[in-house]
Amino acid sequence: MDKISQENIDLKMRLIEDFSNFEASLNGQSNEMIHNVRRDAIAYINENGFPTKKFEEWKYTNPANILKNDYVQAFTQPAGDLSGIDVTEVLAESNANVLVFVNGRYESSLSRIVSKGDGIFVGNLSEAYVAHKDLINSHFSKLAKNEKGAFTAMNTAFATDGAVVYAADNVQIPEIIRIINIADARTGTYLSQPRNIFIAGVNAKAMISEEFFTIGENPSLTNMITEVFCGRGSMLEHYKIQNDGANANHVGSTQIKQEADSHYSNTTISWGGNITRNNLQAVFAGNNTECHFFGLYLLSGRQHVDNHTLADHAMPNCYSNELYKGIIADRATGVFNGRIMVREDAQKTNAYQSNNCILLSDDAMNYSKPQLEIFADDVKCSHGATTGQLSDQEMFYLRSRGIPHDEARAMLLQAFAEDVIDTIKDEYLREKLDKKLIEILMSTR
Amino acid sequence: MAKETDILESVTSSEYKYGFSTDLEMETAPKGLNEDIIKLISHKKGEPEFMLEWRLKAYKKWLDMTEPKWPNVTYPRIDFNDIIYYAAPKQKKKLGSLDELDPAIKNTYDRLGIPLEEQLILAGVAVDAVLDSVSVATTYKTKLAELGIIFCSMSEAVKDHTELVKKYLGSVVPQTDNFYAALNSAVFTDGSFVYIPKGVRCPMELSTYFRINAENTGQFERTLVIADEGSYVSYLEGCTAPMRDENQLHAAVVELIAMKDAEIKYSTVQNWYPGDHEGKGGIYNFVTKRGICSGDNSKISWTQVETGSSITWKYPSVILKGDYSVGEFYSVALTNNRQQADTGTKMIHLGKNTKSRIVSKGISAGKSNNSYRGLVQVNKRAENARNFSQCDSLLMGDKCGAHTFPYFEINNKSAHVEHEATTSKIGEDIMFYCNQRGISEEDAVALIVNGYAKEVLNQLPMEFAVEAQKLLAISLEGSVG
Repeated sequence: MDKISQENIDLKMRLIEDFSNFEASLNGQSNEMIHNVRRDAIAYINENGFPTKKFEEWKYTNPANILKNDYVQAFTQPAGDLSGIDVTEVLAESNANVLVFVNGRYESSLSRIVSKGDGIFVGNLSEAYVAHKDLINSHFSKLAKNEKGAFTAMNTAFATDGAVVYAADNVQIPEIIRIINIADARTGTYLSQPRNIFIAGVNAKAMISEEFFTIGENPSLTNMITEVFCGRGSMLEHYKIQNDGANANHVGSTQIKQEADSHYSNTTISWGGNITRNNLQAVFAGNNTECHFFGLYLLSGRQHVDNHTLADHAMPNCYSNELYKGIIADRATGVFNGRIMVREDAQKTNAYQSNNCILLSDDAMNYSKPQLEIFADDVKCSHGATTGQLSDQEMFYLRSRGIPHDEARAMLLQAFAEDVIDTIKDEYLREKLDKKLIEILMSTR
Repeated sequence: MAKETDILESVTSSEYKYGFSTDLEMETAPKGLNEDIIKLISHKKGEPEFMLEWRLKAYKKWLDMTEPKWPNVTYPRIDFNDIIYYAAPKQKKKLGSLDELDPAIKNTYDRLGIPLEEQLILAGVAVDAVLDSVSVATTYKTKLAELGIIFCSMSEAVKDHTELVKKYLGSVVPQTDNFYAALNSAVFTDGSFVYIPKGVRCPMELSTYFRINAENTGQFERTLVIADEGSYVSYLEGCTAPMRDENQLHAAVVELIAMKDAEIKYSTVQNWYPGDHEGKGGIYNFVTKRGICSGDNSKISWTQVETGSSITWKYPSVILKGDYSVGEFYSVALTNNRQQADTGTKMIHLGKNTKSRIVSKGISAGKSNNSYRGLVQVNKRAENARNFSQCDSLLMGDKCGAHTFPYFEINNKSAHVEHEATTSKIGEDIMFYCNQRGISEEDAVALIVNGYAKEVLNQLPMEFAVEAQKLLAISLEGSVG
């Protein structure tokens, strides 16, 4: 037996052991409906194990490299030391909801919730489970099913905490909800598994930003799931900003279901972390939905970012648009796998996808795999992919006007990346990101 | 696997005793595949010893390999022991001219509408007709020989040009490249061999017709084209097959080698039996085609029009090894009824300043599925590599599928890689425009499809382009309305 599958088995056994400890710690809650879902998930892992890079879905990202560290599940550890965790910058945005999670566990002392009232819930999963038990039961794991793979099942099996945002029918949450996930890697090698659920009722509206930070140098793994339900006519803005540390690994799965006439927009910005894998999948369950996926990956060192997206046009008259941009330097690797699926009855579909990438070094790699799978005839679908470098003419234009080389390059790269940053509607957040973008570009070689 | 082989050997070894060594009159080998069958094929063809060893080596590797599962096609499992691996037409002596050809065989050609003689006379095409694995007629050989061009069947080449075959066979598609290439290496029966010497421009289009004739015979062709320094050749391959109810397997291997400043243009029109409306019967076309631009400034261009076969699984590729080399791929793949096609190309950029261009036009009608799958790989040392890919799909009917799976692996910052793909149907406004001018629905579709495919059809040599246009129209019959 080769090494990879042996590691897989070790991990599997450890997870099963973890699960029985976890179950024992639940104190009678193990008869709850939610726990049956967890049990199914661990059974799925037991049966199927973890993927290897022989799986087409993992062709360019070897799961063994993500799983190789001996992670300890964060929930088995005491709350730990919160000193040294500074979220003042986030709290400075005065009218923002701030939910802070440290190693996947909610820290109310660091958080601030401003959006309250009828039909609004902003808080963590365990609170939500008390306040809106039926709501959670009817949404939990309805999109992130075990069939999505072992990483999803692993999260489901141990799902205890995470952010929950609920806007009832016709409710609009005016303030942005910023979910700050901090991996505290100062003392141990932790696996944290936050589980987020966002529910927008009919004509509801919300803006949510998930942000990731790391403190400490130990390796860490965040295996997270976000389930997003967009009700009829709802509007949801969703951002994912990955600022992780150099030894932090991330496997994230965002599953979206859009009812008729809903509007969903996702912007994923990855400029931190060691190995990052983002799965972003939207299924259109009603007519006339609109969906936007934007992504920016800015990589250096030996970073590896893999974005897998799926726009599943199951119903007619839907629109999806996707734009992913990458800037890859040093020995970093970028992977883009975009899939548009147009099912048999999904006539009048409009689906667009594009992936543009700039390589800054000969050791940088870009793998791009835009896919179209189309089973209906009255559709307009297109995709484009480009990989290249900065144009010599543009550089010359700027240089001939006395702009130093590095600055000129940063300027051009900024213009390239700005398309994606511009999709962030929260002004405060966008400005912060802009500043960080320039900072990174000036230091990139 | 090993156990299975043992059983196979014990079952078939009894046949072997009476089999190949004594019964020289036998035209068809018994069903199944084992070392003895390979020995039989090699013996029948009077091959030198090295060839047999080469085949057996491939066979041993093949036993350890498994069928690829990744293509986007579905078909019942193939029983590789239910196939006859060698069948030769009942022909005893070598032919001096075309007139001596068996009238029955000639009749097959005529019924299929390929005017062999006409083409010979009018178009000046040298045809190396391959009928069920054995070359039966080779023309214009003498004329080509004057220029030093070798154009003959593979079996002749193995005997007469052993050194060239030894050097280049399997150099582009190794025996272990994939499941079907390994199978082909073990059991290939014939094919074409072309060698263009230094600085020679081949004065005519070289062409072969492949035909699958005997029922249940897998066709395992092996083609090798070598263009030496500064030479040019245009090679045509056209295929049609008679109706058969049972699925037939075709696993060919084509290898192209273009040396410094050489150019090879390889065109294919594939119109094998696609099966009936319910998808019954039809050819399984699992082909490995690959060319290498081994020298600087060399060029390989693949053009294909694929309308036949129930399943097509084929990726003509180019390895751009020489600096400034160029690879091109032009394809029209049409699927109707229940046909499935998973086809595309691979462009592997290794040399500096290499260029590749991919134009793929897919047309799906009926209940068929048409996939483009292509890889563009720019390696670390491939400075200034340039690629442009365009894959368009045209959908006709709401029961068919069109899929695009492009792969890009870029490892050099100076690379410029562009890809675009679109999928759409024939616009109602365009149809209306045609109808309004008295063009019937079916003719309008043929017109639009031909316009859509023009970019690729233009790449074909004249006589093929005409044939291909007709083929597209015929293949789409009954798919409108």
